[in-house]
Amino acid sequence: MSIVTKERLAALAEQITAKAAWAVTGSSIAFGELNIEARADQIVPLLTLLKDDADFQFQQLIELCGVDYPERPLRFDVVYLLLSLTKNLRLRIKVQTDEDTAVPSVTGVYPNADWCERETFDMYGVFFSGHPDLRRILTDYGFHGHPLRKDFPMTGYVEVRYDDSLKRVVYEPVKITEYRAFDFLSPWEGAQYALPGDEKAKV
Amino acid sequence: MADDMTPLPTVVSAEADVALVTETKVRKFNINFGPQHPAAHGVLRLVLELDGEVVERVDPHIGLLHRGTEKLIEARTYLQNTPYFDRLDYVAPMNQEHAFVLAIEKMLGLEVPKRAQLIRVLFSEIGRILSHLLNVTTQAMDVGALTPPLWGFEQREKLMVFYERACGARLHANYFRPGGVHQDLPEALIADIDAWCVAFPNYMRDMDDLITGNRIFKQRNVDIGVVTRQEALDWGFSGVMVRGSGIAWDLRRNQPYECYDEMEFDIPLGKNGDCYDRYLCRMEEMRQSVRIMRQCVAKLAQTPGPVMTEDYKVVPPRRADMKRSMEALIHHFKLYTEGFHVPAGEVYACVEAPKGEFGVFLVADGSNKPYRCKIRAPGFHHLQSMDWMNRGHMLADVSAILGSLDIVFGEVDR
Repeated sequence: MSIVTKERLAALAEQITAKAAWAVTGSSIAFGELNIEARADQIVPLLTLLKDDADFQFQQLIELCGVDYPERPLRFDVVYLLLSLTKNLRLRIKVQTDEDTAVPSVTGVYPNADWCERETFDMYGVFFSGHPDLRRILTDYGFHGHPLRKDFPMTGYVEVRYDDSLKRVVYEPVKITEYRAFDFLSPWEGAQYALPGDEKAKV
Repeated sequence: MADDMTPLPTVVSAEADVALVTETKVRKFNINFGPQHPAAHGVLRLVLELDGEVVERVDPHIGLLHRGTEKLIEARTYLQNTPYFDRLDYVAPMNQEHAFVLAIEKMLGLEVPKRAQLIRVLFSEIGRILSHLLNVTTQAMDVGALTPPLWGFEQREKLMVFYERACGARLHANYFRPGGVHQDLPEALIADIDAWCVAFPNYMRDMDDLITGNRIFKQRNVDIGVVTRQEALDWGFSGVMVRGSGIAWDLRRNQPYECYDEMEFDIPLGKNGDCYDRYLCRMEEMRQSVRIMRQCVAKLAQTPGPVMTEDYKVVPPRRADMKRSMEALIHHFKLYTEGFHVPAGEVYACVEAPKGEFGVFLVADGSNKPYRCKIRAPGFHHLQSMDWMNRGHMLADVSAILGSLDIVFGEVDR
């Protein structure tokens, strides 16, 4: 198979936009990869088209994951990475959602979306409507919160230890008061704060 | 029969015996397989629903080894993050680092020197053999053979010594860095790797004699856990799991990275998609890996040169330079405190890891830390098909199928 060129990706983006104008809201090519932004409510018909249409043939869902942008009104991206073995192409589809709006589950199109959606739900609290079994998957039994959200602290809220007198594992609030995050950003490039003493410069 | 108070006849005919046996309803029952089961390959808890000895449903409970790697990565600089990748699939550490550094290099647009590419390919193939050796031999152990793992670990030990001589660590290497590899290989090490490559096929022959034709091994693996081509595609399989089902798909060949396009090697394919075919694929892949390693060794001898790019905004300067050059000292200080910045954007980079397609989806926001790093672990996708693969099989087949999936919990739970 040929090496994926920018022209080939641009042609693919055009084809997808033409055939699925009802779902696609934008596309971009960066770092030699094609990004398609789509409407969340149309994700199932869009993926069905991409999987079954002879022009696309994206047979595999490689990965499905979330990304959190807390400053946006629709704070979550749900990202679908597709692979076509016959065309030797990769494609990335992104939809946006928030804490309350469910994204239609794509388990009917790609069965392996099952655990991926469970993981996204576990880590971000994104709901998937029509998922057969939307349980937590990686976190502990009885876990609270969604650890990969940007507002979830690195240390978490509870710590566990084995209590020898109770002869069982006990959960306790985390004792570490702060996670030591050092600020190494150079004040001359990129840091978004005034250096101590700089406020005097204007006086 | 207990109610029958009449004395038993002295001679019981066969027909009378059959009539007395009444059909009883066997209760379905659930059992826990793991998390401390030796054939669970780590910390897997399978909730099995059995009808007699036939498996009706499998519910894998994972996450017992969840360490929040993706969360930790978001709080550390790019250079501090490579060691986390060693701890994912800990039987082939460098292959995971490879995907991460490829993602960073893609974003930074870094060129990797030829010698570094060869070293990377060499150690990726060592990783493949490490992983396949562990899997093939423990799969044999799961179905009852004890000798193969003992033999296999001897070879793994030798390979780990190569790891140690290259980077100082047997397991958690942190050897692949953005822009190349951390240090050049000593001449003696390359010669020893070559000598090992010459000796290894003998070991493979022993292994073949021991397992491949073994009657019990075949009884336990042939026609067990059959995966059709369509199922392999639908369930997001990759690596040996698709090749065992006869799909010619190998990222080293189809989407070549580093210098795999210059290497000569064959890609073994299975015919039936059962556990035995996957075992045969892994055995053949090890032989092919040795072939690639020998080519790398030959090319390394003709390719002197740096093993890191010279871009000192990304790679740290040599220790010797730091003794004399002020600039090198500043670069070193900046790289090990602030780290380098990666331009904003999103990339997906993947490698053909021993277990399948291992990928890293990296979202950068232009700072010195990744904004989001999604790790695509092949084992995660393979393990979720335990349910349909096991339905209708016997309880004893569960461990055979699990063994052939090649699961390592470091990467499944992350």
